[in-house]
Amino acid sequence: MSAVLNDETKKVLVTPLVNDNPITLQVLGICSALAVTSQMSTSLIMALALTLVTAFSSAAISAIRNHIPSSIRIIVQMTIIASLVIVVDQILKAFAYDVSKQLSVFVGLIITNCIVMGRAEGYAMKNPPLESFMDGIGNGLGYSLILIIVAFFRETLGSGKLLGIEVFKLVKDGGWYDPNGLMLLPPSAFFIIGLIIWGVRQWKPGQAEKSEYKIMSIAHGEGGHH
Amino acid sequence: MLENKQSSNPLNGLCAALDKNENYQKFKVYRDKVLALGNDSLEKTIAIAVSLCLVCAVLVSFAAVALKPLQVGNKAADMKKNILDVAGLLEEGTNVDSAFADKIEAKVVDLATGDYVDNINADEFDQRKAAKDPAQNVAIPKDKDIAHIRVKAKYAKVFIVKEGGVTKSIILPMHGYGLWSTLYGFLSLDADGQTVQSINFYDQAETPGLGGEVVNPNWRALWKGKKVYAETDQPSLEKGLIAEADIGEPALALIKGSVDTSKPGAQYQVDGLAGATLTSNGVSNLVRYWMGEEGFAPYLKKVRTVKGAKS
Repeated sequence: MSAVLNDETKKVLVTPLVNDNPITLQVLGICSALAVTSQMSTSLIMALALTLVTAFSSAAISAIRNHIPSSIRIIVQMTIIASLVIVVDQILKAFAYDVSKQLSVFVGLIITNCIVMGRAEGYAMKNPPLESFMDGIGNGLGYSLILIIVAFFRETLGSGKLLGIEVFKLVKDGGWYDPNGLMLLPPSAFFIIGLIIWGVRQWKPGQAEKSEYKIMSIAHGEGGHH
Repeated sequence: MLENKQSSNPLNGLCAALDKNENYQKFKVYRDKVLALGNDSLEKTIAIAVSLCLVCAVLVSFAAVALKPLQVGNKAADMKKNILDVAGLLEEGTNVDSAFADKIEAKVVDLATGDYVDNINADEFDQRKAAKDPAQNVAIPKDKDIAHIRVKAKYAKVFIVKEGGVTKSIILPMHGYGLWSTLYGFLSLDADGQTVQSINFYDQAETPGLGGEVVNPNWRALWKGKKVYAETDQPSLEKGLIAEADIGEPALALIKGSVDTSKPGAQYQVDGLAGATLTSNGVSNLVRYWMGEEGFAPYLKKVRTVKGAKS
């Protein structure tokens, strides 16, 4: 295994977890992170599906990267990604029917997930298949990590459960916990992801973006240089 | 290019047997010619596009065909589960197949007359398929098509829940257009053919979180005990809330906001879905359509009279 895990592989596996996380740093793939995280079980399946699609599509695109005509580059990537997503959707319908019903359209929407396209265009087009595969796994794991954190807070605070098992006894069942309904609605994922991004950027200030403009002081206002 | 050669080497090893095939040799010559072309040449662009589509099509169709039996099995099991659910017989750990076989009987009903059809095997009858088959469907006149479904099957498949020989509930299939999708569901009624036990939608693609809340158990629980048909002996008749002509017509509908239970007519009203007016209208329309003369009204009339004759 250590022979396979050379420095580049390790780098592409580990950096997307925190240092170059697709959600918190690149702010990609937010839409599905909002939609599927009200329960841990759907989040885990979605995370797994996205990780597999990213890894295999990156590997496949990387394998033929030297022969992809640049004029149809994007559509070639999309075709590969879309085919893999359909296969994943079919597998879920065959082996995890209930979860696939809950995820409904969101599995299909992996096709448009910016992380998959981003890795294909940004990494797989320039690197060999094995590294691209690992890069896909790494970015998928980075996405999964955020999904799991968000789902953890949303499911426990929103319905007092984790993976369907009761953690806080609800008031309506004679317990003490009054569930926060907001946590079950998509906006709560915005708040949680926002808090995570804030936390990560406090911890690693290098991730904070430079402001695109500076507010001019009044003294420089009129005569300021353009 | 060097890396590309390396990655195709193991493939060539696997294809050692193919190497002896004459046609494969010809194919290889063509392949190498195409691969040697400039990436941006028209020929190569077309060749790559066509071969990529072929490979992807094979992959997708293989997955779809190979997994189809499992998916069909899942769907059938899920349908039984939905029927048990709307019948109130689904508890944790229920064996779906045996519970279904024990308590539920499928019957085929002729929608026009309301009689049972005996010469069709009810277990094999598929109403959704029949609705698409020109030999088994009828077009719905435009002015009557309030559920926006255009055609319906001549026969419908209903499910009777019996306990000790006594009918406990009648489960009727319904479908109709919401906002984005056709909603398919069941309505289960008491043996009186009038009081709602439960409703459930097993196939819909309304907006998750808004119209998609038709599957929410809390909202579904609001339907219990509601009445489908306007009754004659209602104070609401005197107050003009129900016109004389509407007696016996389906009155059940979703309203905007919450139902005020102290007001007359509340037994025909269910809370609309917040933020989903069009889905709510769709649900109202499909319930009215399927409970009306076009739908199960003739059948339910017979259910009620047979019961009356017995007692």
